[in-house]
Amino acid sequence: MTPLTIELPITEDDRRIARYTAAAIALTVAEAALPSPLPGIKPGLANIIVLVVLLRYGWRDAAWVSLLRVVAGSLVIGQLFAPGFFLALAGAVSSLAALFLAVQLPRRWFGAVTISLLAAFAHIGGQLVLARLWLVPHDGVFYLAPLFATAALIFGTINGLIAAHLIQCAHEAKAS
Amino acid sequence: MKAVLPDDLRDILGKAGASLGLWHKHLKTGDWVVLLFSGALVVSLYMLLWRGDMADRAIVKRDGKTIIEISLNSAGKTRVGGPLGTTVIEVQPGRARIFSDPGPRQYCVQQGWLTRAGAVAICAPNHITLQLNGRSKASYDSLNY
Repeated sequence: MTPLTIELPITEDDRRIARYTAAAIALTVAEAALPSPLPGIKPGLANIIVLVVLLRYGWRDAAWVSLLRVVAGSLVIGQLFAPGFFLALAGAVSSLAALFLAVQLPRRWFGAVTISLLAAFAHIGGQLVLARLWLVPHDGVFYLAPLFATAALIFGTINGLIAAHLIQCAHEAKAS
Repeated sequence: MKAVLPDDLRDILGKAGASLGLWHKHLKTGDWVVLLFSGALVVSLYMLLWRGDMADRAIVKRDGKTIIEISLNSAGKTRVGGPLGTTVIEVQPGRARIFSDPGPRQYCVQQGWLTRAGAVAICAPNHITLQLNGRSKASYDSLNY
């Protein structure tokens, strides 16, 4: 009897996605150690990686990195299938939807900061909707919306700038 | 000031300043527009969700029974009689107060203008209360001391 072997061919795409996902997970774990004034207000540093992947390799790769990051990242910090995991997933899914639309914008006028801001606002929007429907079935959650929106504005801008900087560095490294 | 700073510190500050100055080159025209709109969105969220419940009418009660409801749209004074005498209620757009009251301690007069839905001024000696209501139901239905 010959042992059954299942070959899983690993493509170059897989390796690249895995590398970027690893970086995103590392940032998620590092960020989990940061104190936060309010649960849910985080810089979202892993989104820098998602942005870089989006702008260099397209939406499909970005979606892989983002979703793998949520699953593996919450596995690492012990949050898998906890409420925080579903909130992160809701945020990731809604910001991926925003990213899908945002990359269609003319690149001549709109850069990484626009894409990052749109994704950040979609992220908190998705999370608030899930929180309202499931965790806190009361309109009181929207009372926190201004705080989350402020965080989205600040961190969306900063993450977008960092992503733009990293992409420029990558271009320069390639050119030289 | 420059002379006071040690050279290495000046160097670090200069580098930080230079890299800060580099950030704006990553912002394209559309990015500035999106940033502007995002800022406006955040400000309007604060104004929409954090201004508290706006009051739109004043309800005056004597012995717990509503005797008059006054809209907060126009200014005016209303006189209400009680066991001790006349309580005068003054209304201005968006707010109301007890203008005068015959009660001995004047607590309800000193409370000043009421602006939020659910706010109450009680002139107990004269059995008069003034309460503001908003579009939504009052945010609480009892008071504890």
